[in-house]
Amino acid sequence: MKPAAFDYAVPATVAEAVALLAQHEGAAKPISGGQSLMPVLNFRLAAPSLLVDLRKLPDLDRIVVAAEGTRLGARVRWRDIEKSAALAAAGGQPLLCAGIEHVAHYQIRNRGTVGGSIAHADPAAEMPGLAVALDARIRIVGVAGERVVAAADFFTGPLSTVLGHDELIVEVLLPAWPAARRWGFEEFARRRGDFALAGAAVWFDLDAGGRAANAHVGVIGLSDRPRRLAAVESVLNGKLPDAATIAAASAAASSAVDPLNDIHASADYRRALAATMVGRALTTAAAR
Amino acid sequence: MPTQFEVNGRAVEVEVEPRMSLADCLRHELHLTGTHVGCEHGVCGACTVLIDGEAVRACLTLAVQVEGRKVVTVEGLSSEAALSPLQASFRRHNALQCGFCTPGMITTAHALLSEEPDCDADRVREVLSGNICRCTGYIPIVEAVLDARAAYKNGGK
Amino acid sequence: MAQPLRKPAADKKRYVGSSIERIEDLRFLRGKGTYVDDVILEQDVLHAVILRSPVAHGRIRGIDASAARKIEGVHAIITAEDIIASCGAVPLIPIRLHPIPVLEPYKQPVIASDKVRHVGEPVAVIVAVSAAIAEDAMNAIELDIESLPVAADVASAVAKKDGALLFEGTDSNAPLTYTAKKGDADAVFAGAPYTRRERFEVQRITAMTMEPRGLMAVWDTATGTLMVYGAAKVPFFNRGAVAQMLGMEKDAVTLIENDVGGSFGARGEFYTEDFLIPFAARHLGRAVKWIEDRRENLLSMNQARECDADIEIACDRDGIILAFRGTMNYDLGAYPRTNGLVAPRNLTQFVCGPYRVTNIDLSCRCVFTNKTGSGTFRAPGRFESNFFGERLVDMAAQDLGLDPVEMRRKNVLTERDMPWALPTISPSIVPNTSDTSCDSGDYRNTLDRCVQDFGWAKKRELQGKLIDGRYHGIGFGCFIEGGASGPRENARLRLDKDGRVTVSVGSTGVGQGLETVLLQIAADALDMPMDDIRLLHGSTNLLREGWGSYHSRSTVMGGSAILNGAENLKAMIRDKAAALLGCSAAEVHVAGGEAVSPKGNAVSFAQIAETAHIEVDGTFASHHHTYAYGAAAAHVAVDPGTGGVELIDYLVVEDVGRAINPLTVHGQVIGGTVQGLGGVFLEHLVYDSEGQLLTGSLADYLVPTATDYPQVRAVTLEQYPSPLNPLGAKGAGEGGTIVVGGVIANALANALSSLRVQPNVMPLSPMRVWQMVDGARRKSA
Repeated sequence: MKPAAFDYAVPATVAEAVALLAQHEGAAKPISGGQSLMPVLNFRLAAPSLLVDLRKLPDLDRIVVAAEGTRLGARVRWRDIEKSAALAAAGGQPLLCAGIEHVAHYQIRNRGTVGGSIAHADPAAEMPGLAVALDARIRIVGVAGERVVAAADFFTGPLSTVLGHDELIVEVLLPAWPAARRWGFEEFARRRGDFALAGAAVWFDLDAGGRAANAHVGVIGLSDRPRRLAAVESVLNGKLPDAATIAAASAAASSAVDPLNDIHASADYRRALAATMVGRALTTAAAR
Repeated sequence: MPTQFEVNGRAVEVEVEPRMSLADCLRHELHLTGTHVGCEHGVCGACTVLIDGEAVRACLTLAVQVEGRKVVTVEGLSSEAALSPLQASFRRHNALQCGFCTPGMITTAHALLSEEPDCDADRVREVLSGNICRCTGYIPIVEAVLDARAAYKNGGK
Repeated sequence: MAQPLRKPAADKKRYVGSSIERIEDLRFLRGKGTYVDDVILEQDVLHAVILRSPVAHGRIRGIDASAARKIEGVHAIITAEDIIASCGAVPLIPIRLHPIPVLEPYKQPVIASDKVRHVGEPVAVIVAVSAAIAEDAMNAIELDIESLPVAADVASAVAKKDGALLFEGTDSNAPLTYTAKKGDADAVFAGAPYTRRERFEVQRITAMTMEPRGLMAVWDTATGTLMVYGAAKVPFFNRGAVAQMLGMEKDAVTLIENDVGGSFGARGEFYTEDFLIPFAARHLGRAVKWIEDRRENLLSMNQARECDADIEIACDRDGIILAFRGTMNYDLGAYPRTNGLVAPRNLTQFVCGPYRVTNIDLSCRCVFTNKTGSGTFRAPGRFESNFFGERLVDMAAQDLGLDPVEMRRKNVLTERDMPWALPTISPSIVPNTSDTSCDSGDYRNTLDRCVQDFGWAKKRELQGKLIDGRYHGIGFGCFIEGGASGPRENARLRLDKDGRVTVSVGSTGVGQGLETVLLQIAADALDMPMDDIRLLHGSTNLLREGWGSYHSRSTVMGGSAILNGAENLKAMIRDKAAALLGCSAAEVHVAGGEAVSPKGNAVSFAQIAETAHIEVDGTFASHHHTYAYGAAAAHVAVDPGTGGVELIDYLVVEDVGRAINPLTVHGQVIGGTVQGLGGVFLEHLVYDSEGQLLTGSLADYLVPTATDYPQVRAVTLEQYPSPLNPLGAKGAGEGGTIVVGGVIANALANALSSLRVQPNVMPLSPMRVWQMVDGARRKSA
């Protein structure tokens, strides 16, 4: 399974990288960790003529946790998130950390990146799902300059995003995470580290009366792209997050998803998993 | 494309196509055949090597990407004189049969134990879940890694 | 509990019976194993890739390689045309086991010429200076294949749906049915107080050896000889086959066995590439290497296990099993392969398992479908039949209100029953194949030990309970493991000038620790340190004739051949030493690397080797299989919300007769169990109705990893050595795998007993488990 031949460039700046991508009009692909891209090339599912390696680009691998929010450089690796004291600490991003624990395996976590996963947009991958659930904004640079796209608008289908051929993700911005927020993450996969058959990343705040507010129910692997389930969120908002509400929310999750049928899971089974994952994630969240 | 890096403490320079994987480069350009190729899509772990101390899949890494880096393979963790404590522990626990996954297990375990000599059984299993073994059923491998922890504590190896 | 036999006096030997650390490990741990892709030659080696059919059934209209030939670095593109020009016709792969005449028209061509019968069938061989360039060329070849109706499953093939007929000149895709008969099952069923009939299905899986297949063939133009690296399992048979296909003398072809990254029965059987790569080497007068990639491996390595069954059990009210009756289908894929018939044959013979059943009428129809051919995978036909039998026994116990363990205890074979003849299978090849009578044992002992060590009595309290949202269940199963098939194995022993002994044996290493185990046997037999013996194995230049490693035979057959050779070597040493010592040969005592006279004068082996060339043959022939046996128990917890199953505890107890190396035997049982678990829960080669493989990578074909089954225990007993060989050993490489399906399915049924589900279809994936739970809940609602 050797890939088709390609040229290889290692630009020193983002501008240079973007220029190379633009020049090749879609025949060039950026590579960072390569954990998603190389299997695609080795199976000859794609045959770019040029790989633009991002490894020399400065400043893309920083994690900054500040009062106004968290910034993850596109080249931040899963390992970096795992080891980040700032993300794990109070004021960090606990839901992000919990979800990232499920990504792949040890060796892949040493190379795979936030930007790479988001650009690859596998509907069963954790990072795209977390990005949507967390209201992430994706900062992108292309020949026309910089733009910021909300995660909710970024994914257009399986392995498909709004990224232009000349564009690079440079950063992922997450809103600040209040300490009192309730959250839960549940994933069901065949084996540890596998892509999710179904996953739920949920959070809500509590209003003065202890009722759920601003509920976000994000699902992974249950659609052609990561989604929030508005129908489930409206079951939660304004109600006490008790067993009855959670049961109603789970049931709503089942009807709210329109899952794909594949060899690992039928649509019906995925609907049941949606209910189970959302229910369990919400139960965890409520119990915090 | 000429690429310079270090392998097992030795500086090397290779002239390879960009599409050549690090695994193939190690095996066929540098004749270090201890690193094995089992899938070429990043699942089986037989190709695990260390790059600057971190375990990575050599089948998903291009040789040209390791310019200036320090690569260590299973050969770099071995000596003719004696088995390392980790290797001896594998042997004692019968943690290998056909031997094909073994180099990847050794490099991965070495990386883990070097960084986390106090890891517990669950952590060992979690880390090794990225290395497939078809022969042993994993239980003796986990036991071997746990038994080798002592050698890694206090900075020993 | 029955009295175990006393262990043989061999206790006082040093190595046999000891947990010796493996010799092989010294190179494997250092990354110094030499697998076929590690072999470095002085000459330049070309690389071959195989262009494989993208359709499951079709007529080849044209192969346009013009663009491919223009790619720099391409040396040859070989098709059936070239092979016919050289050989006269496209050679057909012989059936090694069992060449029943009706299968002649179904034999597999080494390359597709007029038609293709499965996705992945070789259509062309591309040889280039590198694998990457060969792949570039492969992708530039245009194939014109006219599609034919596809029969991708047993039902379609049997019905010849849309006219799908795989082999012109035949009138059936299912030409052969095996039957097993004993007593009069129909009469018994007519009058039995209790019967139960069920349908079962087992899915298609693949061996997924860690090392994909590979070969390197070197043609020496000067001598007209061929050397092929990468042989495994049955090199002597393969050498004979490829020599015949190439029109060469056997002696002009050498097959070399390198280190092998796993076989489990699938590696080493004669594949199309075992002809194509040597042919390419001769065609080009060069060294040609082919190393399979994983996609190719999942698609093309022998597949296994896919079958279905419609079986009934008949019992009396006390739970004595009176009879089994039923029909089964085995999906052989497109070709019988060299050994594809072993599994359906075994399926027929082993439904009765370890039980004292005197009335049997079982048949298994062998069906050809448009998928990759199936061969043997660890415990072929035995895993499947054990699943069927053990489920029926549990169902019967349930219906009759009996304890499932007690019911088994009443029925398992005891010392009194030995030898116990298994049902005879027909058709069989004349002269008769091996005698299949259980040789020794009391199967109640392993059952009792399993019950005790598992804590069955206590764990029974959990049966069917819902605890913390999960249903708990425990299950039990018993099994026999046939091994040590004949007909023979050979060894050669030579005293070297340095006083050490070189032992060559026809057995082959597949990762099972062959070298160490056979060295232990040789060292004890020669009364020498293991370090003073070299063991060579597998390659055809070591012996005139050999057989190999399959059906868990090498400890028994190879080991016994070495014992025989050791006796012959000592006899010759005594002869030669007598002259040097001035006494009679009978008076010479050979031990510790020297020969000693009654007066105490000694000559070392090295000294003796200086005076004479000492080289002898050893051999062991047997037509009797050995039967290890045992029992297993499992504790599972089922999450009804996901269908996920956690294996909380698993114990298997097996009596292997004699454990030459308890450490390696234990390893085999654990490894075999985990492979069995993979087959129960995770592994599945999924084909669609057009015969396309949907699980084409390791992301979709799932095998167990370190986190999946951390709690597996095994106990090895040695209460009943086999009387059939001088070691007393029984083949023990497959027992761990055999019983897993039945035990787990029984545990699952018990966990979900409140929902009355019957797990009769494998794999027991989360989706399937959830569907059973969901279906049951809807029914009761």
